[in-house]
Parts: sequence; C-alpha cells; structure tokens
Amino acid sequence: MPDTQSLSPLPARFADWFASRGWSVRPHQVEMIEAARAGEDALLIAPTGGGKTLGGFLPSLIELSDRVGDRPSRDRPHALHTLYISPLKALSVDVARNLMAPVSEMGLDLRIETRTGDTSPSKRQRQRAHPPDILLTTPEQLALFCATANAEAFFRDLRRIVIDEIHAIAPQKRGDLLALGLAAIARWAPDARRAGLSATVADEGGLARWLTAQPADGEPHFARIVRGAAGARPQVDILDPETRIPWAGHSGRHALADVYARIKASKMALVFVNTRSQAELTFQELWNINDENLPIALHHGSLAPEQRRKVEAAMAAGKLKAVVCTSTLDLGIDWGDVDLVVQMGAPKGSSRLIQRLGRSNHQLDNPSRALLAPTNRFEHLECQAARDAVADNALDGEPLKAGALDVLAQHIMGRGCGEGFEADALFTEIRSAAPYAALDRATFDKVLDFTATGGYALQTYDRFRRLIKRRDGLWVARTPQIAQRHRLNVGTIVESPMLDVVVSSRGRGGHRLGQIEEWFVDQLVPGDTFLFAGQVLRFEGIEEMAVRVTRSSDTEPRIPTYNGGKFPLSTYLAARVRDLVQSPDSWHQLPGQVRDWLELQQKRSRLPRSDGLLVETFPRSARFYLVCYPFEGRLAHQTLGMLLTRRLERMRMRPMGFVANEYALSVWGLRDLSGVDFDALFDEDMMGDDLDAWLAESQLMMRTFRNCAVIAGLIERRFPGQEKTGRQVTMSTDLIYNVLREHEPDHVLLKAAWADAGSGLLDIHRLGDALARIRGQIEHIDLDRISPLAVPVMLEIGKEPVYGEGHESILEDVSSEDLIAEAMRLD
Amino acid sequence: MTDTWPTRTECRFRVLDTPVLAEPDGVLVVPEAGLLVVSDLHFEKGSSFAAKGQMLPPYDTRTTLRRLGEAIDRHAPQTVMALGDSFHDLRADQRMHGADADRLADLVRRAERWIWIEGNHDPAPPPQFGGEVRHEIELAGLVFRHEPTEGPAPGEVAGHLHPCAKVRRKGRSVRNRCFATDGSRLVLPAFGAFTGGLNVRDEAFVRCFGRTPDALVMGRDRVWPVASATCVPDRY
Repeated sequence: MPDTQSLSPLPARFADWFASRGWSVRPHQVEMIEAARAGEDALLIAPTGGGKTLGGFLPSLIELSDRVGDRPSRDRPHALHTLYISPLKALSVDVARNLMAPVSEMGLDLRIETRTGDTSPSKRQRQRAHPPDILLTTPEQLALFCATANAEAFFRDLRRIVIDEIHAIAPQKRGDLLALGLAAIARWAPDARRAGLSATVADEGGLARWLTAQPADGEPHFARIVRGAAGARPQVDILDPETRIPWAGHSGRHALADVYARIKASKMALVFVNTRSQAELTFQELWNINDENLPIALHHGSLAPEQRRKVEAAMAAGKLKAVVCTSTLDLGIDWGDVDLVVQMGAPKGSSRLIQRLGRSNHQLDNPSRALLAPTNRFEHLECQAARDAVADNALDGEPLKAGALDVLAQHIMGRGCGEGFEADALFTEIRSAAPYAALDRATFDKVLDFTATGGYALQTYDRFRRLIKRRDGLWVARTPQIAQRHRLNVGTIVESPMLDVVVSSRGRGGHRLGQIEEWFVDQLVPGDTFLFAGQVLRFEGIEEMAVRVTRSSDTEPRIPTYNGGKFPLSTYLAARVRDLVQSPDSWHQLPGQVRDWLELQQKRSRLPRSDGLLVETFPRSARFYLVCYPFEGRLAHQTLGMLLTRRLERMRMRPMGFVANEYALSVWGLRDLSGVDFDALFDEDMMGDDLDAWLAESQLMMRTFRNCAVIAGLIERRFPGQEKTGRQVTMSTDLIYNVLREHEPDHVLLKAAWADAGSGLLDIHRLGDALARIRGQIEHIDLDRISPLAVPVMLEIGKEPVYGEGHESILEDVSSEDLIAEAMRLD
Repeated sequence: MTDTWPTRTECRFRVLDTPVLAEPDGVLVVPEAGLLVVSDLHFEKGSSFAAKGQMLPPYDTRTTLRRLGEAIDRHAPQTVMALGDSFHDLRADQRMHGADADRLADLVRRAERWIWIEGNHDPAPPPQFGGEVRHEIELAGLVFRHEPTEGPAPGEVAGHLHPCAKVRRKGRSVRNRCFATDGSRLVLPAFGAFTGGLNVRDEAFVRCFGRTPDALVMGRDRVWPVASATCVPDRY
C-alpha cells in the first residue's frame, strides 16, 4: 500500500477510506482532482472497471467534505453542488446506489438524489425548494429546468457537472440539447466545472471540445484529457459452428447449441442481440433447447418496467445463468458477476463491441471474455473485422455534427418559458456550446422567429405569436398556458407511438407485458400470433388504446419486426470488411465454409476491391439482375437503390425493383443491364435532381420531417390531459411537409430535416462519400449466372419489402375494373 | 415501377342514372350539367391552429386554391360547386391572406355560376367572395348537400365525412383519400390541403349506405376502384 498522502492531494478522510478498503487511489483519479483544483474541465477516458465513476465524483466529494465536515445535512443551508447527467434513468439510479457506499463509509452526511421522468411531483417540488448536494438526472430533466422560472436560483451554487457515457450522448440530438443546457448553466453558475466520463472515445479531441465552453472569438477550446490505464486485452472468440452457416438471415439458430454450451460453462452470460425481435427469437430458441432448465431471462426496452426490474434484481442476486438483451444493457450498469458476453449477429461497430465487452468481468486486470456468433456468412467477415479492430483497440463512433436547428428551436422556446432572454445575450451563450459555435446570427434569428411565429415568409401569424418581446427587452412565452404546453413536449427522443400489450385469459382481467409499436399493431388481424416478452401471443383486438392478447399455443408466430435497434454497419468496420474480402492472405482466420465461399467467388467472378465497386450483371429466370457491393449499410443502399432505379427507368431499362442488405444491393428489370454505362449510372450527380425528386415523395423523408417538427415544437406530442394518438400526428405532418415544400422550400424546419436526412434513415452523406470513393473505379463483370457473393442479397428478395412505387403498386394490385362494370355500370 | 399504367386518369361511372367522373385530385365532374364539384376545402385550417398556438404553415389555402384553379382551367365548367365546409371556421375569411382572398374572388368571378353549399364549419359562408349560397340543390337528377343522409338517399352527393380507404397487400398497406359510393349515392373526398380522413369501414358510412361503400381511391395519377370487401379498417 503506497503512501497516498505523498502521492496525491487526498484529504485524510479519503486516504483513510482508501486504506480501509485496501485500495490505492489511481493516477487518473488523482489527475481528475488536480484538474478540478485548477478549475479545468476534464474528459476522463478509462476502461470499464477502472474506477471511472469514482474519478468523476472524487473532486465533488472532497469539496463537499471540506465544506460540510461532519455537520449533518439538516443543519446546513441547501445548495446544489454537483449535477450528474447520464443517458439512462437506470444508470442514475445505479450510480446513486454505488455512490452511497463510500459516502456513508466516510461518515459524510450528504443528500444524493435522483430526478427522472418517474420522480413524483411532490419530490420534484421538494428538490426545487431544498436542492440535494448531488442530483443525478438526464438531459431531458435539465432541459425542463431551463424551461422553468427560477432556474437561475436553483443552479447558482452549482460547482460541478459530471456527464457519464458522454460518447453516447454527444453525437445525438440529445447531446445538442444537453450542450445548450450546459451553456445556460454556465451563465447562472460560471464557476461550475465539467467532467466527462467514457470508456470508448473514438474522437477524443471532438469530445474534449464538446465538453467545454467555447470562447466568443471562435478559437476552439478543449477540456483536459485524462486517461486511465488500459485494462487487460479482451479475449474475443468467433464461433465456428459444426453446422452449416446460413447464406442470409439473422436468426442465428444454427449457432444456438454452441452458445448454449458456453452459457452452461459460464457463471453468468449476457447474450447481446441487435434488435428486439432478435431478442425474442433468440430467447425462445434458447428455451427450446434448455434441457437443463437453466435460468435464462429476457431484457429489452419494450418490456414493462416491472418485468425489467425483476430481471435486473435477479441478475444482481446471481440467480440467473444468462440474460438475452438488447442495447438496454449496453451502458455501464453493473447488475452482477457477468463472466461471458455473447454477441449474436455482427456487432456493427467496434466501439459498440468494446462497450458490450466491458459488461463482463469488471476487474481491470482480468480479461473480459466474449463470444461472437455470426448469423450468416457475411457476418463472419464483419465479426472478424470487429475482432481485429478490438485487438488494435481501434474505435469508431458516430461523428460529431453541427447542432440541429430543431433542437435549437426547442431550447430557445424553453428559455422563453423559463427566465426569459435577451436575444443578443442568448446568441452569445448558444455559441459557447460547441455544436453551435459556428451558428451565424441570421440563422439564429430565423430560428427565433420560427419559435415565435412559425417563421414563415408570409408573416401572417404575428398576432398569434408564442414568444413576445417585453418592453424590458426580454423574450418570454406569451401566456403561461403556452409555457406549460412547451414543457410537456421537451426532449429529443421521438419514439414511434407505442401501445400497451395486455394479456388476459378468456377476456377477463389482464396484466401489462410491455409496449409495442403502433405501426406493427396496425398490421395485425385478430387471430394473428406474434412473439413478445418471450411468449407466443394471439392478437384479439384493441380496447381503450391497449392491445388485448391471449396466450397462444402456436409454435410459429409472426415475429414483431420492431423498428428499434437496427444499427447500420459502421463506416470504419465497413472499410475493414472490404479489406478483409480482397486479401486472401488473411482468410486463414475464417471458418472453412466462409473461405470456400470467397474462393469460389474468386473463381466464378471477382473479389470486390476495397478502393472500388464491383458490379455484376447476370440473367436469371426471365429477369436481368445487377448486383453491386458498396458495403455501406442497409440505409445507404436503400437510398442508392431508389436513385438507381429512377435513373435506369430514365434510360428505359425498365427496372422492376431492388433489395438491399448491409453489404450489397440487387436491382432487377426486364432488360439486359450489362450494356449500361456504369460510370454514368453511378455518377455522383444522382445526389442532385434525382435525390430531390425522390425526397419529395419519400416516406422516410416525411418521417424525418415529422421528428424535426415534433422536436421543434411545430406539432405537439401530447396536450395536457389528452394523449394525441400517433396516427393524427402522422397524418398532419405528411400534409404539412407537402405544403411547406411547395411554398417555402428554404424554411428552417425543412433545412433541419434535410440535415437529418444526411445521416439518419437515408444516410445520404455516407452514400455521397461512397460515390466519390468509387468514381472511375467501377469494375463491371457480366456473368452467365448468379455469383456466390450475390446469393445472400438475392435471398432477401421476397423477404424484405421491395422498395419502389409501393403505394401505387399496392393500389393497382387490389383495384378492380369489374367493380365498376358490375356495381356501377361503367359506360 | 411498371410501365403499363393506363394513361386515362379519371374514373367514369354513374351515380343513380347520372354519368359522372372522379379525378385523382378529388374533383367530381358532372358533364351533362357542366358542373365541377369539390368538397371540404377547409380554407385557413392552418391559421386556425396558429390561433391556438400551433404555427402550422399558412399556405394550405394557397395550395388548395392552386389545385382548384387547375381543375377549373382543365374543365372550364359552367358551374362550380363547393360542397360545404369550404371555410374552416367563421373567422377564416378574416385570417385569409390578401393575395389568397383576391385569388379566390377571382376564381368565383370567372365562373359562370358558383355555388357555396353550407357546411357545419361554415353555416354562413362569407359573402365577400361572391357566389350564391344554398343549403342544398338539385342538378342533373342529383341532390347536392354537405352532410350525407343517414338511411337511403338515392341520387345524393355529399361530403362532410372525408372518406379514406386503407388497403393491404403482402404485409404493407396504403391509406389514401377516396370517393365512397354504392352506385346510387356518393360521398366526395375532402379537397383541402390540410384535411385528414375517415376510414370507409367506419360506422358513419354504414349508417348512410347501409353497408361499407366501395372506394374510388385517389392514386398519384389515376383513380383506383377498390371493392368494399378489399378495404380494411385502420385497425381491428
């Protein structure tokens, strides 16, 4: 045990506590204390199990200990000292619990409280009147604080802000909202310092800048970067099953016997999957082979909170052998002694895999163990690439983007509903938030006008304005009702509308199993069965906004294809997969079946080159196919497919449809496509008029617009005392989108939606980058039959909806001229 | 995606004995009377939301007028009829932008005859734009009124219900505005740019037609006749 007194500026109380636990303070924890003493913001990057949370809180605890000494909390004035913000409610609760141990063991009487969407109104009131020393909360709650009066008084004494899992928040719209909230706090509490915590940071400089206030002169400022020692190298295996590896699909059924064997040999395993429907399926299949009745549970975001709490408690108590879960268990919650992480299907990104690896074996010195179980042949390549990336500790992640304008609109409105603001001062304040550092005044004024009047060139709404400028120059909400309505719509997470799933027997009673997307329910007909919460359920109908179901004995349910959790392949991993495919030297690591497949491709066609694009054309049963391999993820491929079919149509090649997967795109039509000028077909100019024309009617674009409209406050999620159903919202936003696009294509909300389309559902930027990469590098090969590499995407035909002029073709299919002849006597 | 769509855009049929045609933009034409009918224009619906604090684009009236103007130019009818709920509320005309009000007055002036049918949203359509106001009217063997009669009403042409049809095919569905008819009477789709719709499987249609009516669904370039049995409810 080293002498901590000489090693660090630890006060005696803390040194004694470390000694009593037989621990020594870690260098990165000391550096966090030093940064705090120097008045600096700091980004702490340390692997899971490296004492990161304590590193974030030690400076707070030391300051509080100096301040309060041994005085009990009831004998001193109430002041908020530290604000902790995490992306998950559950994480706040977990951290509060973990923090209580050192605090009470050191004899500090501190009030540590959480505040989330679930916190009762009376507790909220009390927290407002008598702030705790440490408040643990979420970005949305901070936004709510900003939108209420007396925010300034509440935050005035704040000294420290700790932001956990900062890499998960910052690149998203939640990060924009949080950055704006932090900028507001900086005005009210100029001395409050920030600490960011993360285990997986790809863009260290970007996050260090994001974390700290930016000066008015535009010169970027960075938080101090503090690094923890690296942990033991994780040990990652890829499953090489005895059985045949499927060409396509994501069930992973062929691998489950091996997975089950590994679960049996472990203490406790987390089985990660990428989508909720995969979670349901994997859970069911595991139980089908669970001859030993191992306690295996299910955990995903659609299950009722009570169900999830039960599973979490059982994990913590060591009563479970395995939990099948989605990203709900990604982030740093420690529910128990996990010693094996299984990833079913490809991890889609190296950072996500490293994050998930961190769920196992929370001791720094022992390696975490993981098993990757690819569900098809392409995923074997992706898993190999991910394993190599983990070995190199190479991280990827969503890039930081300029702040979204819809989020800015929400924040401005919020400030008007709170203390009120002067436009000039607010503009300066907003530019101190890194995502908005480059915001120009004209855009700011446009967004301000949007929040006040809708921001239309027609300027007919002046008398209805939501924000007014008072004589003293302060912008405020026109009425308290407007402010109240705004507060109900705070937040950037626009989930697809959900309905409760209630199970009952013989139509009596019932209990809530969780929630399911409304659009999925709309596809169901009474009698349909589906898999949910680990059971096969029979759909009976909708009653009082709840989905009524009964338990079914069906063995083959329709599986819910939830929206949630379909991650696209990261750009970084995609590049590694391309490299792997084109270098036969590295194939020795792959299972024999996969190697054979690639060798056959080499013989029968060609291997895709990593710096180019392989395009194959071939005939098959009276149709002509074009298959290309951009490896850019399903979303970008769908956009590409949409644009290619438009172009082929113009070239009179009579395309009929297309289908995309993560790696490839297949387009088919009635004419031989081998003579097409592929350089022209894949030319980047498709991102101009063709893209524009498609966006005019794209459902995905309308959904993107709807999200922006909700966040910006143009339409409301719900009214006080009245839940608006998702359908009404959807109806009106499509109409709004069309009308706005016709009359004011430069409107700030369309700009916001356009910026989102660049990344989100349409992944336009990525497609643009890919088209630039392959320019002049297109290799076309005309084949007499399908190539081995084309098989997986060709197998998707018929399973995945074929994109195209969907609506009209459905109508054409169901319409009947006879109807008129018979029923209406056609002339 | 297919290139075999008929070039014909409208759908010809009869209501009772009168030949009519329904167009994909929601316009009904009665050739023998030189009559063009649209229903439920809901002018200034956007601004009515703005008055309540939701700043929807103030361009719905403009879009509705543009589409109406195009239909009138296409057919050059002797008579134009707006089948009620032309104005979203009693103050709609006061909120209307000057340019839109002028455009509307111009359309009315250019028509030989313009008839405003009274609706529940606009029991007294504003007189400033011209045209005659009727509660209902008989023309070409048909009777035109805003609200469809519950129970048998052969020859009635109405609006009010904003019919929509939803159809499903291979796990995907589409929900569009439609004309609702059983051959003896007709309910027009809403024409206004911000108007939503009521599924033809709703009880309200059964109360009028005695069954779910057939749907003439408005597609992108043409009207698709769909039998009532093929239409599905929004949800079960």
